[in-house]
Amino acid sequence: MNKAESIVLNDNSSIKNRWKFLRNEFRPKGKMFTWFNVISVPVILVGLVIIVIRFWKGIGSVTNLTQEVPWGLWIGFDVVTGVAFAGGAYVITFMVYILNLKKYHSIVRVTVLNGFLAYVFYAGALLLDLGRPWNVINPIIGNGFGTSSVLFLVAWHFLLYMIAQLIEFSPAIAEWLGASRARKILSGMTLGAVIFGITLSTLHQSGLGALYLMAKEKIHPLWYSEFIPILFFVSSIFAGLSMVIFEGSISRKVFSDQISAKNHKAHSVIVHNLSKICAMAMFAYFFLQILVFVHGKRWNYLGTPMGNWYLVEMLGFVFLPMVIYFVSYRNKNITWIKVASVITMLGIIINRLNVTVIGFRWDAATHYIPSWMEIVVTLTVLFTEIWIFRWVINRMPVLRESPAWVGENH
Amino acid sequence: MSINRRNFFKVLGVTGATLAVEKKVQGSTNSNEDVEFYGILYDSTRCVGCQTCEFSCAEANNLPEPEDYPEIGVIRKTNESRRTVVNAFDTSKGEVYVKRQCMHCNSPACASACLTQAMHKTNEGPVIWRGDKCMGCRYCMVSCPFDVPKFEYQSPNPKITKCDMCFSRQQEEKVPACVENCPAEALMFGTRRELLQEAHKRIAENPDLYVNHIYGENEAGGTSFLYLSPVPFEELGFNTSLQQDSYPALSKGFLYSVPSIFVLWPIMLLGIHKATKNNSPKNDEDE
Ligand code: SF4
Ligand code: SF4
Repeated sequence: MNKAESIVLNDNSSIKNRWKFLRNEFRPKGKMFTWFNVISVPVILVGLVIIVIRFWKGIGSVTNLTQEVPWGLWIGFDVVTGVAFAGGAYVITFMVYILNLKKYHSIVRVTVLNGFLAYVFYAGALLLDLGRPWNVINPIIGNGFGTSSVLFLVAWHFLLYMIAQLIEFSPAIAEWLGASRARKILSGMTLGAVIFGITLSTLHQSGLGALYLMAKEKIHPLWYSEFIPILFFVSSIFAGLSMVIFEGSISRKVFSDQISAKNHKAHSVIVHNLSKICAMAMFAYFFLQILVFVHGKRWNYLGTPMGNWYLVEMLGFVFLPMVIYFVSYRNKNITWIKVASVITMLGIIINRLNVTVIGFRWDAATHYIPSWMEIVVTLTVLFTEIWIFRWVINRMPVLRESPAWVGENH
Repeated sequence: MSINRRNFFKVLGVTGATLAVEKKVQGSTNSNEDVEFYGILYDSTRCVGCQTCEFSCAEANNLPEPEDYPEIGVIRKTNESRRTVVNAFDTSKGEVYVKRQCMHCNSPACASACLTQAMHKTNEGPVIWRGDKCMGCRYCMVSCPFDVPKFEYQSPNPKITKCDMCFSRQQEEKVPACVENCPAEALMFGTRRELLQEAHKRIAENPDLYVNHIYGENEAGGTSFLYLSPVPFEELGFNTSLQQDSYPALSKGFLYSVPSIFVLWPIMLLGIHKATKNNSPKNDEDE
């Protein structure tokens, strides 16, 4: 790594040197037989085969989707849940660049990278789900601006937000390539990109919920209300932050060589503070849910199986982790904060699937249950994303400090 | 509030009409009232369950002929290879047949859901699908309260299929195939206004024969396909608890809030940024 950097920094920037550097960088690094590789490679290979079949024989040949349930795991989990988890990026950039809370600065890059890759891959997963993907550019080029469509809004926002996140992350790429001029220009654009990105996130996090507003009779009344957009937005805050806590604790182990001693220490402080924000956001969310419950006069549903499931979600996966966050913030117990983050994430998965899959057409005679092939493709998307994530972390200054030439003022 | 808005638009419309050709202004109004949508009135008291509509629909759209027939206790559904079905129901007044297909809503959920306007409410009334625009996202299927659009799951080049009220035949000044061929005159084609008048007339002249309810007059904000029945519509498998407002109205509130957030958020964020900038001890310039 250091060698590569010095090649660039010698900076007679002869094209040949750059080329050498890039070629070197694109070579795989690290051990081949980690447990992650051993599991992910076969899954990805099978997933690719399934994807080929899907384009060859149609969506129905690999999924269990029906005419009544046209959106399944690929939308409900990959897109709707995945984007909620990617919400950490807008929350952290809000804290660092808008509230100027510099202590969170060391996790900005990794969070933005995570968010960016999440969007790229979930938008990719969306392509798999489109029956006529060759028309995907139509709403962009104006072969029909469906401005009355929430999906139109969400699609545009995905695109714009990916660009905003790329700009936010681009200084790291410039540092990797040793392009100091470009770095200066790009980091000058950060604040603008952040403001734009937060605005977009507010709208499409809630927009993902608003997608389901017209499916009024199709979603179980315990999960349908006119407030879905607000609930989705508020829950994306703690979904994203829990992901940040969870991902951080794993990255710290896996990439420990990348992290300076200073940031190692800072990380515990960050996690500790994030747990408080999570607890507060979850309290607001829980309170909103109670309001919606009372407002919608939902008592009658409580005795039913779906009612019990609703209570499990609200008490077991919102209230409980909220309390754990709160208590372990008080006790400064990092381990329990991590436990809470995992329960919270499970709760988000349950909640999003309840709206999009489990509660959707809950009364139908036959239920949609994803096929194993849908699950494998979902895992393929996830694992590929982690591969790319690892590739970037090992090369660009994401977890580690920026190269020395960036200077103090980075 | 909404009444005010409506009046406001009426005033706008009147002003506009003096400027533009009147017909054009009328045609472009996509609201419930004052629009001359064409539609179909189906009278289930006349229907004999002969399936001629099914056969002529299959022929008009190059689809396979139906092989099953209406049977009490069996709910046949439309699917990607049949756009209309006739079902039989055992009701308090004996056996009654019902034809089902797209309702051609006045303000269709499917069209407002479609991000490419592939689903489209024509000015004439039929709701049509346009393959050159559709990306196959199936959001129209998620949104349609009647579960009408179907998707060809087994095809690598799938289409969304549903009744289009024979839009291309209408362009040639022909009535829809089912209407033309119905031997029992259970189907009637006309402007929605004429059809509603006719339906009300039939109910008034024969109050013992009909229930006093035209399905589609108000359901889902009004539809261009209208139904008359001898028995309450629940007995015929209709969802009578659908809201009377149009379905697109459900996401209007959200969509209306988008522009204001787009204006307010950046200003607010920039303001907070400026306000907190000097609070921080280490004041980094960029990043
Ligand atoms: S019935 Fe469904 S498909 Fe037909 S116009 Fe209404 S919303 Fe669209
Ligand atoms: S599937 Fe096609 S017609 Fe239906 S909403 Fe998507 S783009 Fe529009």
